[in-house]
Amino acid sequence: MRKACLDAIYKLAKQDSRVVFIGSDLSPGLLSEMREEMPDRWFMEGVAEQNVVGMAAGMALEGLIPYASTIATFFTRRSFEQVAVDCCLHNVPVRLVSNGGGLVYAPLGPTHLAIEDIAIMRALPNMTVVACCDAEEMKRFMAASLDWKSPIYIRLAKGGDPIVSRPEHGFQIGKAIAMRKSAERNPVVLMTTGVMTTNALMAADILAAAGIDVSVVHFHTIKPLDAAAILDHARAARLVVTIEEGIAIGGFGSGVTDVLVDGLGPKMPHMKRIALPDSFCRNYGVQSDLFEIYGLSPDQIVRTVTNKIEELNA
Amino acid sequence: MAALADLSRPNAVSLDERSKHLRRLAVRALDKGERGHIGSTMSLIEILRVLYDDVLRVRPSEPAWPRRDRLILSKGHGCIALYVMLAEKGFFPLETLDTFCHRDSILGGHPEFGKVPGVEASTGALGHGLSIGIGMALAGRIQRRDSRLFVLMGDGEINEGSVWEAAMCAGKHRLSELTAIIDCNKIQSAGPTSEILDLEPLVDKWQAFGFATVEVDGHDVAELRKAFGGLPLDRGRPTAIICHTVKGKGIPFAENDPAWHHKAKLPRETIADMYRALE
Repeated sequence: MRKACLDAIYKLAKQDSRVVFIGSDLSPGLLSEMREEMPDRWFMEGVAEQNVVGMAAGMALEGLIPYASTIATFFTRRSFEQVAVDCCLHNVPVRLVSNGGGLVYAPLGPTHLAIEDIAIMRALPNMTVVACCDAEEMKRFMAASLDWKSPIYIRLAKGGDPIVSRPEHGFQIGKAIAMRKSAERNPVVLMTTGVMTTNALMAADILAAAGIDVSVVHFHTIKPLDAAAILDHARAARLVVTIEEGIAIGGFGSGVTDVLVDGLGPKMPHMKRIALPDSFCRNYGVQSDLFEIYGLSPDQIVRTVTNKIEELNA
Repeated sequence: MAALADLSRPNAVSLDERSKHLRRLAVRALDKGERGHIGSTMSLIEILRVLYDDVLRVRPSEPAWPRRDRLILSKGHGCIALYVMLAEKGFFPLETLDTFCHRDSILGGHPEFGKVPGVEASTGALGHGLSIGIGMALAGRIQRRDSRLFVLMGDGEINEGSVWEAAMCAGKHRLSELTAIIDCNKIQSAGPTSEILDLEPLVDKWQAFGFATVEVDGHDVAELRKAFGGLPLDRGRPTAIICHTVKGKGIPFAENDPAWHHKAKLPRETIADMYRALE
């Protein structure tokens, strides 16, 4: 997914002279073709993320479209004020290409785990928050990103993730995609974002084999959140389950809850939120290890959903 | 490095009628708004006066003119001084100064891009302006414009680590079109900069980060004109102009007193005293 994103930046830069790339201190040779062909629009500015974000905002104020990149936590924690003030207050088209969304950097520990990034980025006025489910969707998103007027926080997954998106889904920023539609009149609806969509689809297959036909709705855009899609799917649902690779406080599930409370009030369906707890991760391993620790693996999603169904039926 | 002999006593300079007039306008905004960063405003007046009168290529009737020079007031709390100059130059009517900090005014306690004609960036959180200026300068190169960039910072402001990240970056890119201006009034909110977080050797620091430097008396209009007129000091480096100033300059009872960093709801007689000091 990261490669798809970087390749897209190069492609966009060839097409559009407004596109600029700014890295912090990333891999040697990164976007080397762009560096060679467009040296005035390729920057590597060192371990100085506050400056990277500020200069990106300055460029955007002059009509350029900077794609800035570093590790997710360095944007969201280290340079939060620059993101809030320089990018969001000015409402300029800076793109924050954020490596290692969620639990990707499992072996590197809590300094590198972007667990609260969705919560704090979606709290910022004017910010758009995007978490694609795979590399193919990332390509479609990047084409759509060029002329989006506001700053975008782009949460990148690990890479090599299974391809579950389909070209016919298209891509419109702010528009959710129904990945799997239940035939039940009052279905269980799994609402997901990022690569949790993949895990949810795997869980849906297992549930289907057990006779539970669930819907899966993918929200690649967490802000602006597609309230119409949430309400459409929730009206008939007997249970809405949100699944995210991030903390529950203020996260994607929190956003869905807000929409349901405001939109349906007492008529809102039962809900279950699957998310990370309010704590820093104390383990290492790989991303899938942490999925298991936090109940985000497909099997665990199945168990959580069936337990909740049993609880409701009791 | 160009240095001047009498920088230890920048308050030795007497203010001419234009400097007093600009300060009276600042007091007017302060009075009508019932608040403001007085000390920080008064130390900036001559720097901004010379920039707008003699240096900046701007069009008040066309604030977004692409070929303009850009000035970012990174120490946004000194905004009354900027508002006074923008009003004086016709970016908006002088009467707008009377609305400072009012509910529906365009003029808030920190300047905002998109609200105030002539304001290039929203500032107030310190340590942001230099990076934004670098981005604008690099954009100017990409867009093949000959605009110059001026980023005006406070000496307290440059406590911020982000300033030094930006300074390294400006040095690296040899941004000779970028000038950092330091309003060095020696007093920050909590007290003297030498006690709170000592900046010295300040000139050496900017030089070490890749800047050509010059020190001037920040209230001496002729010296300021000379320094700005000589830009860039070096064709291969950005410039830092260290302006030695007096916090509260022109209001004797406010000068060099940290208590006058910000004031609200000043009594009528104090406002009258301020006007008297500026006659």
